[in-house]
Amino acid sequence: MVLLLAITAGVLFAAAIYMILRRSLMKTLVGLLLLSYAVNLLLFTSADLVPARPALVDADSLLPPTVYADPVPQAFILTAIVISFGLTAFAITLMRQVYNTLGSDDLNEMRCTDVPCEEVEIASEEELLEEPL
Amino acid sequence: MIALPILLPLLFGTLCLMAWQNPRWQKAISLLGTTAQFGAAIWLLIRVQQNGIQHLQVGNWPAPFGIVLVVDLLSAIMVTVAAAVALVVAAYSQAAIDSPRVQYGYYPLFFFLLMGVNGAFITGDLFNLYVWFEVMLMSSFVMLALGGERPQIEGAIKYVILNLLSSTLFLSALGLLYNLAGTLNMADLALRLPGLETGNQITLIAMLFLVAFGIKSAIFPLLFWLPASYHTPPVTITALFSGLLTKVGVYALFRVFTLLFVQDTAYTHTILLILAGFTMVTGVFGAAAQTDLRRLLSFHIISQIGYLLMGLGLFSQPALAASIYFMVHVILAKTSLFLVAGIVEKMDGSYNLKELGGIYSTSFGVALLFLLPALSLAGLPPLSGFFAKLALVVAGFDLHQYAIVAVGLGVSLMTLYSMTKIWNEAFWKEPKDPVHHAKHKPISSWLWASTAVLVFISLLAGLLAEPLLNLANQAAAQLADPSIYIQAVLGVAP
Repeated sequence: MVLLLAITAGVLFAAAIYMILRRSLMKTLVGLLLLSYAVNLLLFTSADLVPARPALVDADSLLPPTVYADPVPQAFILTAIVISFGLTAFAITLMRQVYNTLGSDDLNEMRCTDVPCEEVEIASEEELLEEPL
Repeated sequence: MIALPILLPLLFGTLCLMAWQNPRWQKAISLLGTTAQFGAAIWLLIRVQQNGIQHLQVGNWPAPFGIVLVVDLLSAIMVTVAAAVALVVAAYSQAAIDSPRVQYGYYPLFFFLLMGVNGAFITGDLFNLYVWFEVMLMSSFVMLALGGERPQIEGAIKYVILNLLSSTLFLSALGLLYNLAGTLNMADLALRLPGLETGNQITLIAMLFLVAFGIKSAIFPLLFWLPASYHTPPVTITALFSGLLTKVGVYALFRVFTLLFVQDTAYTHTILLILAGFTMVTGVFGAAAQTDLRRLLSFHIISQIGYLLMGLGLFSQPALAASIYFMVHVILAKTSLFLVAGIVEKMDGSYNLKELGGIYSTSFGVALLFLLPALSLAGLPPLSGFFAKLALVVAGFDLHQYAIVAVGLGVSLMTLYSMTKIWNEAFWKEPKDPVHHAKHKPISSWLWASTAVLVFISLLAGLLAEPLLNLANQAAAQLADPSIYIQAVLGVAP
């Protein structure tokens, strides 16, 4: 089971990095989403996987059972999910703002930060359609 | 109450939110809040200096089970410098931030950013550090994009994507570390890691942390987001970021590479040292090619990060002390320079060195405000930069690391070249258009007064080098011996 999860996480990491390296902002966003899934899986496997043994102390005992599923990584994942939810929401809004301002979602067009804006020519819509992103 | 550096920004940030419709109130609250924050930070510094490492078990859950807040001298120094920068920037913002930005929540964001920064400085738990990083990043994302001009939006996209990537790497490193050690409490980790028979796994995780924090602190070769984004927002925000954000990354590197990953220093810290050299050189050469004042100064942020890393890479107590003093120096000097750049832009309407000119003849005061931190950055005595570099160089010679010392001194010369370039172009040369030049816009007293205060503090840091270096040395002594930290938090000797 750990091996299967490890392979899945690895594949997700690879797919995420591939998508982040694309020029289209939407695909980069998908890459970031995949990346957060990959890390959540990794966190999940960071404690030994113990099925059907919750970390609950029996009513007549003071100590937890000797073998139990570690709840801490699950708490990590919950926190990480909430944070990545918020960040993704912000990233989507920002990307929409980029599209509204630039009329393009091609990262290669975003060179205003390196040369003065007047020198950056925005590709016309036909060019964008012709060129696969 | 050592949680004050977190609670105060939270309180005043919330007050600013409640005064959403009333910018005047928000401005007053921001001054009050940052002053209170500065007072609390000074109190904390004195307390830690006198009584040793302070800690707080949040919710009374004993460490390592609950989250623990730990303030050692390094944390206290960082919190104090951050509070000083915040106070000055809040005063500068009174006149420098336009009213639309205030209406869309500049001040609440300012305080929540501060909360994230302080949280990162005083937490004693790695997962909690991740959470504080996110608090800080989220505010910085919005602050960077606030206003929505085209360069800002483009800079924000690059900044957001790379920082999200770095946070994810940080999180995966946390997962791997938890798998290895079964805890993420820093003191507990420091206690357990030396006893683990894990071969190279710890080094592997250490490198993952290096990449994650390396992106955040803009070290070579992970630095390219910084000059692409830092110059895009209003210069007040850039000044705040340059003083606080990358330094949190450096602080995190200091924390993990002195407390946790000290098993194989011949490997890890040599890498740090090599990266330090490349960071300095890349930053200063990048700056040489720039003509925009803000972009030029942004590249200098990077080269100064190299010096901070150099002390960590040398990894001896004097070297760490030198780096801590350097951190104080560079935060003060760098923030002052950005604030002066803002004044220059307000006067002449441009950041472009080719269009500027003649400020020295019309406004001697502003020229002086630039010259002091600029020469300090380049390392001329008797300013703070000189003592910081001197201490680093001496520490380097003690360890016979002549190559990095040579690089550091060379980069120092290049920094001087860069600063004289700004001086010649913006302050010294004849203005391009004397008629336009005669009509310098008047400068609000908020701007020059707050900048003058920061330059004065920076000057003090140079004149009081001896006591400050002593303090840095005490902080470095705590870093050099992890058992002090472990003893303070867990109450057991390793």
